[in-house]
This record gives sequence, structure tokens and C-alpha cells, in this order.
Amino acid sequence: MNNLRGVYIIWYRDLLRFWHDKMRMIGSLIFPLLFLFVFGSGLSGRMGFLVPGVDFAQFMFPGIIGMTVLMGSFSAGISVVWDRELGFLKEVLVAPISRASVAMGKTLGAATVALLQGIAILIFAPLIGVSLSVWTVLALLPLMFLLAASMGSLGILLAARIRSMEAFTAVMQLLMFPMVFLSGAFFPLQGLPGWMNILVKINPATYGVAPIRQVILGATPDSPFGITLLGHTMSLWENVAVLALFGAAMTIMAMWSFGNQE
Amino acid sequence: MNDYIIKVENLVKKFGDLVAVDDISFTVARGEIFGFLGPNGAGKSTTINILCTLSKPTSGRATIDGFDVVRQHSQVRQSIGLVFQDPSLDERLSGLQNLYFHAMVYSVPASVREQRIRQVLKMVELWDRRNHQVRTYSGGMKRRLEIARGLLHYPKVLFLDEPTLGLDPQTRNRIWEYILELRRREGTTIFLTTHYMDEVENADRIAIIDHGKLVAIDTPEGLKKIVGKDIISVKTDDDDKAAEQIRLCYQMEARHDSNGLTFEIANGEEFLPTFIREFGTKILSVSLRRPSLDDVFLKLTGREIREEEVSDVFRAMLHQHSRRRRR
Repeated sequence: MNNLRGVYIIWYRDLLRFWHDKMRMIGSLIFPLLFLFVFGSGLSGRMGFLVPGVDFAQFMFPGIIGMTVLMGSFSAGISVVWDRELGFLKEVLVAPISRASVAMGKTLGAATVALLQGIAILIFAPLIGVSLSVWTVLALLPLMFLLAASMGSLGILLAARIRSMEAFTAVMQLLMFPMVFLSGAFFPLQGLPGWMNILVKINPATYGVAPIRQVILGATPDSPFGITLLGHTMSLWENVAVLALFGAAMTIMAMWSFGNQE
Repeated sequence: MNDYIIKVENLVKKFGDLVAVDDISFTVARGEIFGFLGPNGAGKSTTINILCTLSKPTSGRATIDGFDVVRQHSQVRQSIGLVFQDPSLDERLSGLQNLYFHAMVYSVPASVREQRIRQVLKMVELWDRRNHQVRTYSGGMKRRLEIARGLLHYPKVLFLDEPTLGLDPQTRNRIWEYILELRRREGTTIFLTTHYMDEVENADRIAIIDHGKLVAIDTPEGLKKIVGKDIISVKTDDDDKAAEQIRLCYQMEARHDSNGLTFEIANGEEFLPTFIREFGTKILSVSLRRPSLDDVFLKLTGREIREEEVSDVFRAMLHQHSRRRRR
């Protein structure tokens, strides 16, 4: 009971801080929107339709959602490093709640904030000609949240181990950008060079972006939106299962890692 | 219920080869104000970190209110309040939100939550500023908020690590009023470290730690008896001659310092009239004082506690600088 209350209040604090920080709210949207409108619109005209009825901007849209959620949740780990630097982490660590619930609260906080950022991007769908029904949106929310929670716990896990701000930022750039670029957010997964194909398939983010695209753009078995692994085309549920497994492993490691903090 | 709220037995903490805490044992009685002093790096913070479950001892054990700090850390955490040396507030939240967070993680019952938050905020006179972000508070206000927060869950022991460091005298006095008031009302045990010797005069007992070992533990009066003698400062029109004379007549080495000459003697009050009557050199002024805790600290650790306010880094810089100049 104490621990549940602990999870809740840590999550609540993250939301409160996000709410107070209007600049961060706007700032987190600028990068994805630039990508979507400058990159997407710039290339769409030249490239025409990737798949019948889907131009490049429309193809990229689910990828941008994935990117926003991934970057938003992953980088939330930095708040743990901040809290350590500014002393507030001490207040949390000496509190009579388990360290596992601290990690859980932080992960959920990161995931919720990233989900809100993702939803903000969803609002721009009509501008690039993607139509979303209420049911599509309802199906998207749990998928986005799963991606956010998985990447959030990875960020928290790193933050539990890395002490300095600079080191965390460096590791984050080193991991986050390759994960975004090699997730199939910006290009179809078919016909990639061999080395890239391997990196894309071992990248857990790929299994988060694909289901989002399958839900938004439709998932026929032969569509270019699926992931083909060893000759087998993964279904939406199989993708979700891979991501969930990864997320669960990261969450357990983050909880364990927080427990060993001195 | 036992009488000792804190029990420390043969506590050892090693960091690799470095022995930070070297087999210390002591007890703190319920309701006591206990001062814990020592030079920087003497093992003060390490001991406090072990007592408040932030660090695990290498060997030995410690209990707070009967709970083991390693095996029953949840109960220990619930029993203690902490005001750290470094700030530990969320500056982006308001004072009220910081306290709400604390009340939630310490399971302060919902029925009394608001009333208690109001009570502690009024006590430290921050009620009017409760909705402002903490980053707009002054240093003294932040400290007061941290003290209010430390008290919110009615801890049995309140750890205060340098609670008034860097604050102006007025704020320091105010904070001490709260602390004493709290002890009076709640019977809270207070475990305190500080650099201000006048503050430890408030303590019932003081422990002095140096090089990881306890070198003394006693009441302030008891500690002063270690120095024992009274301290006499005398100014004459010829200090060198006077020093010579003191050496001849009383077999004592007087120290030259900014006050003229200083020497120590037992029963100073009885000594002083004879001294003034018999002394040959013209005396301009003379004063007698009891040994202070500063004198005790100096005698036991070989360092003045005030020197410790210069940070280690700064001292290292000075050291390097002087070495370079010598070359």
C-alpha cells in the first residue's frame, strides 16, 4: 500500500513538473514537427506514393509518433540524474518506500509524459492527410504507452547507473539516435542493405514503430509495414510481444538497479 | 521501549583500503540533543549515512528505536527525519507541493495531511509563500522548508546535518527556536552536526570523531574539563619582557597572539589578584575566560573547527599554490 502510494506520488510529481514547464512541452514538439513538415512535405512531392495511396509524409507520420514517444520517454531518465545533482533524489531514497517502486513511478511518469507528447503529434494528422477514427486512436494509445514505458525504463536504468549529466547526455545520444534512425521510422523495412537489415531487426524500437504504423496505415499481410524475420512476417501481436518482453526486462533491471543505489 | 533510541555497536565502514569509520560505539538517549562533531573527512557524514540507511556498514550494527538500520531499513526510514547539509528540495515545485510529496511517501494519513502541512508551514513562517515555487525562496527559507518537511511525519529522531550552515545569525536563532520548541513539545531526539560551536552548547551531549574514531563523548561542561584550566589573556607595555617574567615566576610558556599573551592556569579566579599585585611589568589589560568548546575541539583534534569552513578543494588549491611558489 505504501509502495503503491509511492509509485503514484512519484508519477504525479513528474506530471506536475511537465505541466509547470511549458517551454519543455512546446520544445518537445518542435523537432518532430520539423521532421514531419519540412522533411516529409519536402520529399513527398518528389517521391510520390510509396504504397498505393500512401505518400512519404503519410508513411513517415506513424514513425514520427514513434520517434516522439521514444525520445520523450528515453530522455526522461535525465530527470533522475538531475534529481541526483540537485539533491532531491536523496529525499526520495531515504523515504520509507521500496526502491523498486521509485523506479516504477519514474518509468510510469516518463511514459505518461511521452504519451502526452505523442498525442500532441497525433493532432496534426489531418494536416498531412492521414485520417484517424476514434477506434484507431484508442488502439494507438496502448501501443504508444508500451513503447514509452519500454524506452522509459531503459532511460531510468541508465540514469540509475550514470552519475554525471554529461555522461548521461552522451550515452543518450549514442543510443537514442541510432535507435530512432534504425527503427524504420523514416523508411520502409524492405530492401535494406544487409548490415542495416540486421541492426534494424535487433533494434527493439522497430517492434514499437511497426505496430503503430500497422494501426494507422492498415496492416494487410503483404503490406510493406511489417517486419520480416527469418522469412516470417511478424503480425501486429507478435511485434507487440517482442516489445513487451524487452520492456519487461528493462523494467525489472531498472527496479533492481535502483535497489542497489547507495 | 528502551531508553536508548540510537545504539551504535562497533560500527566499521571501509571504502577499499580507507577506513572511514573505525569501530565506533555510542548510544543516544530518547529526547536528547546529541551533537556530533569532527573535522571534515573524520567520518561524520559516513556515520550519518549509515544511520539513515543510505549506506551499509562493513561490520558492526546500529539500531534506531530498536530497528536495525540494515535489515529493517523501512521502519528506520519511517522513524527518522532528515535535514541534509546540501539542499534536497524540488525547486520547480511549490513549498506546499514539496510537503505534499513528503506526506505521501511517508504515509501521513490523509485525514491529518492538510492540517499537519499547515501546522509545520506556519511554524517556520512559510504559510504565506506556500504556493510559490521553491526556486524563488531565499537560502534561509529553503532551510526552514526542509526543517518543516523533516518534521512532517513526526519522526522520533531528527538528523540535522549542518542545518544552519551559511545562514545569517537571525535565521540561525530562529531555526534553533523551532528545534528547541519541537523537543519540548514532541520529545523528538535530535542528532546534530554543525560547525558553529555556540550551537552545540544547546546539546545535552557531544561526541567528537576524528580519523574515524570517537575521541570524546560527554556533556559540554564535561568536555570543557578536558581542557581544564582557565585561559588568561594579558596585554602589557612590553610583551616580550612579560613573557620572560611569566616563564621565570610561573614556569609557563605564554603564547603570543592578537590579544597579547595567553596562558592557561587552573583556578584562574584565585590566581588573577595575586598575579596583578605581584607582576612587575605594567599591565594594560587582563582577561580571564573559561575554556570554550572551540578550545576542546582544538585540543582533541589539533585543528580549529572554524578552519574547516574552508573547503577541502580550496585548501588543496592553496596548498598547490604555495608549493609552486616555494620552488
